[in-house]
Amino acid sequence: MSDSLRIGSGAGYAGDRLEPALELMERGRLDFIGFECLAERTIALAQRERDRDPKAGYNPMLAYRMEHLLPLARKHGIGVLTNMGAANPAGAAAKTAGIATKQGLRGMRIAAVTGDDVLEQVRNRPGLKILETGMALESLGSRIVSANAYLGVAPLLEALRHKADVIITGRVADPALFLAPIMHAFGWDISDYQRLGRGTLVGHLLECAAQVSGGYFADPGRKDVPELWRVGFPFAEVYPDGNGFISKLEGTGGQVSTATVTEQLLYEIHDPAAYLTPDCTADFSGVHLHSEKTDEVAFSGAGGSPPTDTYKVSVGYRNGYLGEGQISYGGANCLDRARLAGEVVRRWLEPVAGSIADLRIDLIGYDSLGPSAGNRSPAPREVRLRVAGRSEDPEVARRIANEVEALYTNGPAGGGGASKRVEELISVASVLLPKSEVAHTVKYMET
Amino acid sequence: MKLYEIAHSRTGDKGNISNISLIAYDPTDFELLRERVTASRVREFFSSLGVTEVRRYELPQLGALNFVLHNALAGGVTSATTLDKHGKTLGSFLLEMEI
Repeated sequence: MSDSLRIGSGAGYAGDRLEPALELMERGRLDFIGFECLAERTIALAQRERDRDPKAGYNPMLAYRMEHLLPLARKHGIGVLTNMGAANPAGAAAKTAGIATKQGLRGMRIAAVTGDDVLEQVRNRPGLKILETGMALESLGSRIVSANAYLGVAPLLEALRHKADVIITGRVADPALFLAPIMHAFGWDISDYQRLGRGTLVGHLLECAAQVSGGYFADPGRKDVPELWRVGFPFAEVYPDGNGFISKLEGTGGQVSTATVTEQLLYEIHDPAAYLTPDCTADFSGVHLHSEKTDEVAFSGAGGSPPTDTYKVSVGYRNGYLGEGQISYGGANCLDRARLAGEVVRRWLEPVAGSIADLRIDLIGYDSLGPSAGNRSPAPREVRLRVAGRSEDPEVARRIANEVEALYTNGPAGGGGASKRVEELISVASVLLPKSEVAHTVKYMET
Repeated sequence: MKLYEIAHSRTGDKGNISNISLIAYDPTDFELLRERVTASRVREFFSSLGVTEVRRYELPQLGALNFVLHNALAGGVTSATTLDKHGKTLGSFLLEMEI
């Protein structure tokens, strides 16, 4: 058993920057690094791609990332865990193995974790309730395109025991990418919930990468962050009891302070005393943070109790089409011209209003964000009209986008910079599935 | 005084739920936050978005409050027609609250 473990974070979302991850791998003396790349809807979109092309459906940046990071993983002996497999972990593993072979990296073991795809189980099990709305999942009928369970650490631990150098998953709970190597290194029992809660905290703090080390934090004059343009990705040093500290490399930009760590600690957790994961119910309510050194914050006091007996499942379903058009107005009286433009488009859309849901007519720069401000805001120097709505009919969505563009020649004076787009909406509903219905598989490829 | 003068904030989302933290720069201001920034006041502040329920969690040792706002995101990130589907900008609006 080791005295401490050093684990880094290489990505906080699907399209995250790679340079800070490579720097961390080169200089960070890491044991493991996790790349979290799967938002709620990403996997549903990836499944649609895989339906079109059986070889596709994994993260589009996978090859780019692997080409750069595999040599560093080999050189420094760093284990890599990532959910970049999205809807096709086996395809992603094959691609990765191909890259390693081409680079002459022999004797690498790439693991692909599958089993999160539970579309069949969900289809064959009537009575599942959508958590967000309380409605029966069957009401979505044939619009359902994907269903993926948030797996826990079990398949990752299996792959680590089989000495995989790179582990590629589809949907797993984000913190599991970090919790699993900690459990593996220290030999924690899967029912040691107190420690699992602490390891979950580590995962939670790392899973959004720069968001704990100065990214998504700066507010000039109030919260200044040094050299944000070269913000360093974070790593955690973890001890066998599950406590430890968060830091970043010397010579990188950004900041690790109790303020940055507190923001990330509370990020998207709802009840701090009951953060539900497939592996434990983590309790962050008693966490203490302490900083004695620049860019180093110690954490302690997390806990945990047993998990529920269900997995959370994200169900992707076709939800019509989004049509959106934008056009800008500037200079004298721009606010009133933009308002008139919005009114004109609203009238143009009246004949199809019955097939548009959630039509929005916003003035970007004035009232498009946040709670409505009443009439208190001063007149802006420029404002951008945005009209958006949802429809089951793609032609209606296209019409929303087009009518905004038509303001060029038919609307108020001086509109400029029009843009339009139509996209098919894949929405996500959540259901709970008994764990007994889900089985994972780990497959290995050698180079 | 605006909250902005004594506190900072970060916003995240899950489905149609917004999660907004409110963190005192100076731990001694936490009591003021706890007293003035109640769940019902936050619900009122964001009522125009359609927020139906706000739960508040207290973390005194971190000088922080955590607000969970139900039905805050016009259906949620994967179906909303709003510009900021995640509601990421909401925390900065909260900091404009007068206390």
